[in-house]
Parts: sequence; structure tokens; C-alpha cells
Amino acid sequence: MQVDKFSYDNQIVKQFMIAAVTFAIVGMLVGLIIAVQLYVPDLNLGIQYITFGRIRPLHTNAVIFAFVGNIIFAGVYYSLQRVCKTRMWNDKLSQFHFWGWQLIILAAAISLPLGITTSKEYAELEWPIDLMIAIVWLAFGANMFGTIIKRREKHIYVAVWFYIATFVTITVLHVVNSIELPVSLFKSYPVYAGVQDALVQWWYGHNAVAFFLTTPYLGLMYYFLPKAANRPVYSYRLSILHFWALLFLYIWAGPHHLLYSALPDWAQSLGTVFSIMLIAPSWGGMLNGLLTLRGAWDRVRDNPILKFMVVAVTAYGMATFEGPMLSLKNVNAISHFTDWTIAHVHIGALGWNGMLSFGILYWMVPKMWGTELYSKKLANSHFWISTLGIVFYAVPMYWSGIAQSLMWKQFTPLGVLQYPNFLETTLQIIPMHIIRSFGGLLYFLGMFMLVYNLIKTAKSGKFIKNEETEAAPYEKDSDKLKRGTIHRWLEKRPVKFAILSLVVVLIGGLVEIVPTFLIKSNIPTIAAVKPYSPLELQGRDIYIREGCVSCHSQLVRPFRSETERYGEYSKAGEYVYDHPFLWGSKRTGPDLAREGQKYPNVWHYLHMEDPRQMSPGSIMPRYPWLLTQTLDITTTPAKINAMRSLGVPYEKGYENFANQDLQKQADVITQDLIKNGIPAEPDKDIIALIAYLQRLGTDIKVNQATIK
Amino acid sequence: MLSEHISRIEGIAVYPVISLVVFSILFVITVVWVFRLDKKYISRMENLPLETNFDNKSEEIKFYNNSEIKNEIEK
Repeated sequence: MQVDKFSYDNQIVKQFMIAAVTFAIVGMLVGLIIAVQLYVPDLNLGIQYITFGRIRPLHTNAVIFAFVGNIIFAGVYYSLQRVCKTRMWNDKLSQFHFWGWQLIILAAAISLPLGITTSKEYAELEWPIDLMIAIVWLAFGANMFGTIIKRREKHIYVAVWFYIATFVTITVLHVVNSIELPVSLFKSYPVYAGVQDALVQWWYGHNAVAFFLTTPYLGLMYYFLPKAANRPVYSYRLSILHFWALLFLYIWAGPHHLLYSALPDWAQSLGTVFSIMLIAPSWGGMLNGLLTLRGAWDRVRDNPILKFMVVAVTAYGMATFEGPMLSLKNVNAISHFTDWTIAHVHIGALGWNGMLSFGILYWMVPKMWGTELYSKKLANSHFWISTLGIVFYAVPMYWSGIAQSLMWKQFTPLGVLQYPNFLETTLQIIPMHIIRSFGGLLYFLGMFMLVYNLIKTAKSGKFIKNEETEAAPYEKDSDKLKRGTIHRWLEKRPVKFAILSLVVVLIGGLVEIVPTFLIKSNIPTIAAVKPYSPLELQGRDIYIREGCVSCHSQLVRPFRSETERYGEYSKAGEYVYDHPFLWGSKRTGPDLAREGQKYPNVWHYLHMEDPRQMSPGSIMPRYPWLLTQTLDITTTPAKINAMRSLGVPYEKGYENFANQDLQKQADVITQDLIKNGIPAEPDKDIIALIAYLQRLGTDIKVNQATIK
Repeated sequence: MLSEHISRIEGIAVYPVISLVVFSILFVITVVWVFRLDKKYISRMENLPLETNFDNKSEEIKFYNNSEIKNEIEK
């Protein structure tokens, strides 16, 4: 029989690998810095570009999109060629994909410290970068489908289905969540506001975790775990089943606990059941991975690669069990806004993504350089230091999350809050934060063992740029649709397969998103809620720029412990002009939804200059530049126009007078500050920020009768 | 607060029901599918990532051998 000779492109895999390792180090270093900033608030050395609020998104983006993203691409480009028995469709497109992705990372690394952000978690990048992401992502998709179409292997291996599902779903998520109206080159507002924006964002946020951190990694697991163990996957049938179940359930099971929790009881129970059901396909994947090693556990003892993979898959199982548990209302009431969430995501990031990535790297490098791993011992040490790092990271975070939450909720026998001062609860958990950063440091140090080991390995071999191989061409035989072979028919047709995946995802997506779009008309308007004044709007954008939302929520939940601490619980109608919403997901500092008029202007001024002047022991960084930087008011008309076209009822032509109003309001605040002995100037950033903070949550204070 | 407003949407309760029904149907179909899959196909797919440099026809036999070996290991 005629056999085709061709070669696999290892060069592109090598490039993505180097990028992944480099950005892993960068991302983890930034993570370490922000972890320490939480107990050494002056660690930013007075530099505004490296305050916690600005580099926290840098850390998450670097780890998710730069480290994990590049590993995904390296793994996909390696395994896809081999299971399809063909070279990548187009080498130039591969290179375009690689350099495009790195350019996006570079743009993120520059723009986030500059404060150019949309403030939406894991989607902070501004609209020009969003466009770049869309183009590069489509290039990746085109290259992948091109490769699948020209394959020499009749059937498509399960790993590739996970890659296809990843591509299809991320495309949908990115497009829907990034619909925004540009104000300038570096500033945009999302078309959604308030509650709706929150729903879209967390529909995105949850599913980005599912389809960027989970499905592609499951694909990688299905290829690299059998390779490393040198035995086939435990059950191919299970992999098919758990693929479709995961695809369907994940997309809509995430935020629905948020959606349906006040429905009739039976519907509520149904929602809970669905959340819990998600454990099944997730654990299907985990068990399939672990059982692949059945009867071969002795090999795990002396094979560090398998050790990494076993811990990764176990961490996946833990995180996917914890996730549904966290979606139970009574658990969520305790865990939400605390370090518990941080612990949860790091079990996923450090355990599942990190450890699987390391296993894959230790496996791929020797293969691609045609040699053996330089030091098994060093890889073993890396394994242990990372595992210890995870333990030292997660345990204190669970501890501090639960401890702080309980302190927030603690009442004295007289019925008043036992810890009315938020700061008290913060100071209590600082030892835990110190131990956490030690855990992070261990994990970070492990990276250097990996780098050294991999460089030494590469040096001991010779890089096989193009791996020569051969395979028989794919004969398009007349494959009749036999009974029980629908799936075989389907998985031979990648495009149809992708379309079906899309349909499955969209069913879930629609069930999720339709109520989201219906909700707008269902939010009762509160007459007292008015659009922000131009100065407040500018102040809000400073709040966004400085990343205040990283540490301060703006959502008082209807718990007595919260209304007692912060004031009236938040109403959906209060957020109707919030493009974007700023509810936040973590309370490192107190909630600010009712911050307005709580303190005098002078308090805010001095607090921003140095928080410890007003709250001794506070861990908030100082913001002295707000006192000296001049507010850019040239953007006001454009911002008013943009807001109006998004439905905020500013009068026609108001953009022409907006800056006059802005200056009037600034003068009032400045006069008040001067009266209190502060030599303030009306044109500084701080004045706008004070205006915004003093406005927060005050609308419904104005007229109590309008509260429903 | 949020759920309160969502629950006011007319006919909202139908959404989780639609989901459950669609999912159940899909799941049953998949289960039936999966269990009627050809054994040859399954064993070929399982071994796909483990093979290097082979042509797809003549090696079918090898796959069977592999799966036999696998079965023996299991025993």
C-alpha cells in the first residue's frame, strides 16, 4: 500500500512551550507580589502602576491566558498533528497564531498596569485587544479545522473533540461578553448595565473557567496521560459520555443558582439537582484519568510525570466537587466574598492546570529533543515542592475564608455585631496570608527546577524541528450509516461535529441567556435613582482604573449581618445606570455600596493620601498620585454621549454643558475640603473620586418611600 | 434580590424544565449510542494515541492484539 511521508511541526510546539514557561514565571511572580502586598501595603513603593488593584488582573490574565493558554496551544499543536497523522494545516497560520497571541499578552502586560481596564473579571482587556483576541482565536480555529480536515486518520480521537468544543464555546463567550461601546481608543463601556451586566459577566466568567481551564485540559489529559502511562485510556465509552454531558451541563449549570433561587420550591430543587449533576461528568473525567493507571500504580512511584498527572487529576476532582457545593445557597452565604473562593480557584489553577502542565512539559521535551529527561530526581523534587506549595497555599486560605466570614456574621448576645470594625477581621487573618504567600513561594521556586531540568534535557539532545513520519493516506471509503454508528459517522465529520457541539452549547447558553435578556424589563425602576453627574462618572472611571473592585464589593446582601454593618441591602433598580457593574467578587476591604455620606470629604481625602492616617493597621495601599494628578475632562462629552446611546437618560445636548456642571460640583467639594484645612485643588483626580464615593448608595436614602 | 426579579419573568419556570427534558433526552440517546458502539472501533480509538508510524489498515490486527494484551492484564 502507498504510504505518505511527511513531518510533524515541532517548532511551533517549542515556541508555545517557551512562552508558556516564561509567562508562568511572570504570572506567578506577580501573584507572589500581590500576595505579599496584602500584608505589606507599601510594597508598591509608591508606584501607581504596581498597586494591588492594577496588577491583580495582570496576575490572573498572565496565569490564565499566557501560561495556561500557551500550554493549551503547545499541547494541541503537539497532539492534534499526531492523532490526525498530518502536519498542521498551515505553518504560516501557526506562526501568526503564536505571535498574535504573544502580542495580545504584551498588550495586556502594558495596558493593565496603566489602568486601562474594563474591570470585568478575566475580561479586563479593552476593546482593541478584544478584537485582536477574536482574530487570533479564529486563526487558531481555522488552523485546527484545516488540520482535522486534511487528516490521514479516519476517526477523530476524543481529545480533539475537547479541543473543538473549546474553540466553539470560547468564541461564543468572548463575543457575547465583549459587546462594548468604545468611548476612545482605550476606553469603552459595556452595552449591558447593572444586574444584566453581572449576569452576562458571570455567565462568561463561569464558562471561561469551564472551557478555557477545563475542557482543553481534559483533551490534553486524554492524550498525554495514556502516553505517559503507555496504556490506553480506561474507558473510551465513558469519555464519549462524559464529553457530551459536560458540554451540555457546564454552560448553563454555572450561574443558574444565581438565577432561579427564588422560584417555586420544585424549580429551585431542580436547579440544585442540576448543579450537583455536574459532578457526574466531571468525576467521569477524573475517574477515567485515574483508572487509566489501574494495575500500573507501581509505575507512579518512580515516574515523576505520572505523579504530576495524578495530583492534577485528583485536584480536578476536588475542585469540581467543591464547585457545586459552593453553589449551594447556604454554603455560598459563608464562602462568597472571602478567601475560600481564592483557595478554590487555586486548587484548580495550581493543582489541575499547573501540575498537568508540568507533567506534559516533562514528557514533551525529551520526546522533541530525542533524549531522556536530564534528572528524574530533580523532577521529583519539583513535584514535592509544588505539592507542598499547594498545601501551604490552600489550607490557610480555607481557614482565613471561613474565619473571616464567621467574624463578619458574629453577633453579641445583645444583638449587635461583635466585630463592627471591618479592619478587625482583616488583621485577624494576616498570619494566614503570610503562610499563603510562603506556599506560593514554594510553588514559584519549583518553576526554576523545571526550567533548569528542561534546559539541561534539551542540551543533552538535539531538537527535532520536523519529525519525519509516515502514514497511509485517508481513503474516503463509502462509510455507510450502520446501526449504532451514528457517532462514528459524526466524528468523521469535524465541521458537522463542531456545529452539533455549538448547538448543544447554545441550548444551554440560551436557557441561561434568555432570562438574562428578559430581566432588563423586569427590574422595577426606582424614581430616586438618577444617572451619575459628570464628575461622579469621571470618578467612577478612576475607581475602575485603580481596580478598587478587586478588593471592595458594591453589593449588600439581604443578611442581617450585612444590613447591620453596611446599611439597607442593595436593590436591582439601583444599578440600572452602572455600565459596567462593579459588584466585585471579593471583600478584602469593606463593601462600598452604601459608602456615600458615611464619612466627610476630608476623611476620604486623607484616607486616599494614606489609609493608615484614618484606619491604623489598614492594608490598603496609599494613593498619593490621586491628589496631584489632573483629571482629564476632555473625555466628558464623549462619555456622556456614549452613556446616552446606551440608554442612560442624559438630556440631548447635555454633553455641551456637562463640564460646567462638573466644575461646579468640583468647586463645592474643594471648598468643603479647604474649609477643613486641606489645600485641595478642584481639578485633581481625587475630587472626582470623592464625588463618586459620596454618591454611592445614596439615591434611595434621599427618599425612603421609594424603597420597595 | 437578583433571583427575586428573575422569578418575576413570565414563564421563567419553564426554562429549567426545558433544560432537564432536553438534557435527559440527550443523555439517554448518548448512553444508547455509546453502548452500541462497535468493540473494534473502541479498541482502535483507545490505542490511537499510543501508536506511531503505522498505516491505518494493516495495523488493525495489531490493535486487536493490543486489546487482547489489555484484557489479559485486566484478568
